[in-house]
Amino acid sequence: MRITLKIWRQASATAAGEFATYDLDEVSPDMSFLEMLDVLNEGLTAAGLDPVAFDSDCREGICGSCGLMIDGLAHGPERTTTCQLHMRSMKDGATITVEPWRGDSMTVIKDCVVDRSALDRIVQAGGYVSVNTGAAPDAHAVPVPKAKADRAFTAAACISCGACVAACPNASAMLFLGAKVTHLGELPQGQPERDARVVAMARQHDAEGFGGCTNIGECAAACPKEIPLDVISQLNKDLRHAMAKGL
Amino acid sequence: MNEIIDGLYREGEPIADTKAPDGPIEKRWERRRFEAKLVNPANRRKLEIIVVGTGLAGSSASATLGEAGYQVKAFYYQDSARRAHSIAAQGGINAAKNYKEDGDSVFRLFYDTVKGGDYRSRESNVYRLAEVSASIIDQCVAQGVPFAREYGGYLDTRSFGGVQVSRTFYARGQTGQQLLIGAYQALSRQVAAGTVTEYSRHEMLELIVVDGKARGIVARDMVTGEIETHLADAVVLATGGYGNVFFLSTNAMGCNVTAAWRAHRKGAHFANPCFTQIHPTCIPVSGDHQSKLTLMSESLRNDGRIWVPQRAEDCPKDPREIGEADRDYYLERIYPSFGNLVPRDIASRAAKNVCDSGRGVGPGGKGVYLDFADAIERLGRGAVEAKYGNLFDMYARITGENPYETPMRIYPAVHYTMGGLWVDYDLQSSIPGLFVAGEANFSDHGANRLGASALMQGLADGYFVLPNTIRDYLASGPYPAVDEDHPEVVAAIESVTTRLTTLLSRRGTRSVDSYHRELGHIMWEYCGMSRTEEGLRTAIDAIRELRTEYWENVNVPGTGESLNQSLERAGRVADFLELGELMCIDALHRRESCGGHFRAESQTPEGEALRDDENYAYVAAWEWGGEAGLPVLHKEGLEYDYVEMKQRSYK
Repeated sequence: MRITLKIWRQASATAAGEFATYDLDEVSPDMSFLEMLDVLNEGLTAAGLDPVAFDSDCREGICGSCGLMIDGLAHGPERTTTCQLHMRSMKDGATITVEPWRGDSMTVIKDCVVDRSALDRIVQAGGYVSVNTGAAPDAHAVPVPKAKADRAFTAAACISCGACVAACPNASAMLFLGAKVTHLGELPQGQPERDARVVAMARQHDAEGFGGCTNIGECAAACPKEIPLDVISQLNKDLRHAMAKGL
Repeated sequence: MNEIIDGLYREGEPIADTKAPDGPIEKRWERRRFEAKLVNPANRRKLEIIVVGTGLAGSSASATLGEAGYQVKAFYYQDSARRAHSIAAQGGINAAKNYKEDGDSVFRLFYDTVKGGDYRSRESNVYRLAEVSASIIDQCVAQGVPFAREYGGYLDTRSFGGVQVSRTFYARGQTGQQLLIGAYQALSRQVAAGTVTEYSRHEMLELIVVDGKARGIVARDMVTGEIETHLADAVVLATGGYGNVFFLSTNAMGCNVTAAWRAHRKGAHFANPCFTQIHPTCIPVSGDHQSKLTLMSESLRNDGRIWVPQRAEDCPKDPREIGEADRDYYLERIYPSFGNLVPRDIASRAAKNVCDSGRGVGPGGKGVYLDFADAIERLGRGAVEAKYGNLFDMYARITGENPYETPMRIYPAVHYTMGGLWVDYDLQSSIPGLFVAGEANFSDHGANRLGASALMQGLADGYFVLPNTIRDYLASGPYPAVDEDHPEVVAAIESVTTRLTTLLSRRGTRSVDSYHRELGHIMWEYCGMSRTEEGLRTAIDAIRELRTEYWENVNVPGTGESLNQSLERAGRVADFLELGELMCIDALHRRESCGGHFRAESQTPEGEALRDDENYAYVAAWEWGGEAGLPVLHKEGLEYDYVEMKQRSYK
């Protein structure tokens, strides 16, 4: 395959960025998208140029490190992570535009590497169960109805990649936030802190500068782990209940 | 001590684990917890602990130490603690809960693990692992880890890795992810509480040793390039395994040996480096562009049948056109009683053998078929889809082939490293004050790890073992304060900056990745699934040559003053080039086959691994011999009082 890449280059957080254009002549359809970028980088290095920086680690779709806007779509045209996208999904001869995630709360560090630490701070605000090591009762002390356990799992599958924020016209992280609130809120272990958790996490979400949700649904459409949009309804419901109690 | 053995190493004094109590095995951990000194809660907040790595072992250790009141600094190279590679573990976590009332017990889990490790692990350590396994499940459930449940609301379990009880807890195919998120959330709680300070996008590049004790690290801020000194009362490495020495492995791109190797060079012994696990069911390499290998759960072997063509000339054919009589279901043929379900090491080696005989399929002849046609006919497509749908989808996405219609192709890949830094029962390395947890240490799996035991060990070390043992060391203090002007600190920083400057100044003709790939080829060819005296010697020479060339000719673009991913990789590959040689020396010196280590010279007439307990029932702990010197071997003898040593047979 032959492809032309228009890819975002930005030397640092404070530098101005611009698109650079590179042609690749020998792309195999079996390459993953990131392996195609590896090939590009080997070529740039050999030519004495600075390779394109991008995040990736596990390359099997679970660590959440990678994330590129490919032709305007978070993680590209397939519903998966960027590392699991393969070149056979792209057209021979195509020009492909590659950009980092963008949003007020996710700034570029270099090229396509962005700072997503705001998502960690949302979890630190209350996305946990307060139980010290060694303080746990036997695992079978509290049965959990299978339907609830399954819904908790579906929400817990979030990999914190940030695609939901990147896809949202409001740069909102409500899908991410709703996923954590739903995961812990469905389980008996999450009940004691349920009200305080949702309020604290929602406050942190807003303090980080993420936008509000206007029910567009781009987040769920872009989510590689298929987190359903109804976690945002759950979030709103929990928040309503908590605030009605004066929290 | 002065005699050079095989031209490659010297032998030093034997060593022993002095921390494990004696007496009945089921009382040892209780005794150690009692005898290990306590630190007064008021004093804990004055004590600083550095933890490097935030996988299962690192996150759980940081969280638990933070809860206890110590001041913890957690370092990781990823942008978030939750991305460490424990997250990719699929299958499950073992625990001796006996919820199925199927005859499981702490002793049985202990027994299975010692036997599975081919009698090259310590009884005391493994027993403790089995003992704390049940508490791990309790802890994780309390944190909100969404394990699979039955309709009654209780936890579901499954069998795994050839054992005969159902003791593996799981969360669909994403157990590692859910356990790590649990530990990450516990860590996040301590960050909010102020007991843990996180250092994301930081890479440890040197260990600081003062007066023989580990007192801190030198780390590079990967965004600004700044070289930072961090001092502490103790240092914990939870930095994972070194499978990426093979370039292609199921490890994440960033997994590396640098933290462990830097500690090794400062005096920490490296134990059994040649013990690597090669997993049989991975997706084969598709071309030279390949950056990593993807594992598919070995549960596929429950219903899939593994075969290659009888005749080499049939290999290029469409597999569906090869008749039954022309297929060789080689595992079923050689191991009639276990068939396709033989342990990982045996399945991997058999695949290599048939491919080496010219009957491999797919690109480069490096693959065997894993065929579900019989299962689909027997169970129906729907049932196969329900059981394996996500794995089939993953295979289809990566290869572009439809496994419901044509057999999958699989090939073994490097997956886990049983070797690692030597530790005693307290998880303390041979440098006082340096503790090592999780895959980074060598302690519990012997020469082969059983499925679903990696997650168990990581969390056992981090939640339950280390926090109980590190206090004994800390209570023996206080250790004199060290400041940043101390000569050892200055020397450590200088050695880091010199190294980085050297790497950046070469501007040679080859990229870091090209050297890494070549090292990987050497390791895979000569120190992979089957090893020989001659091959290992060839490898040692080739690695030495490659290392010399690397330092003269590597091309690392850019500068050290900002984000530079080539520079990050360059340092890691430099360390892999040293580790690779030690792995080959270890493999060469161990003239027996055991677990994942197969020496072609040591096999039974039927071609099975042949242990030599008389000569090799020991841990090989290697001491760094200096830049120009030779490594020094220290043997730690292994004794078995509770499990009888037997030859494994799966015929």
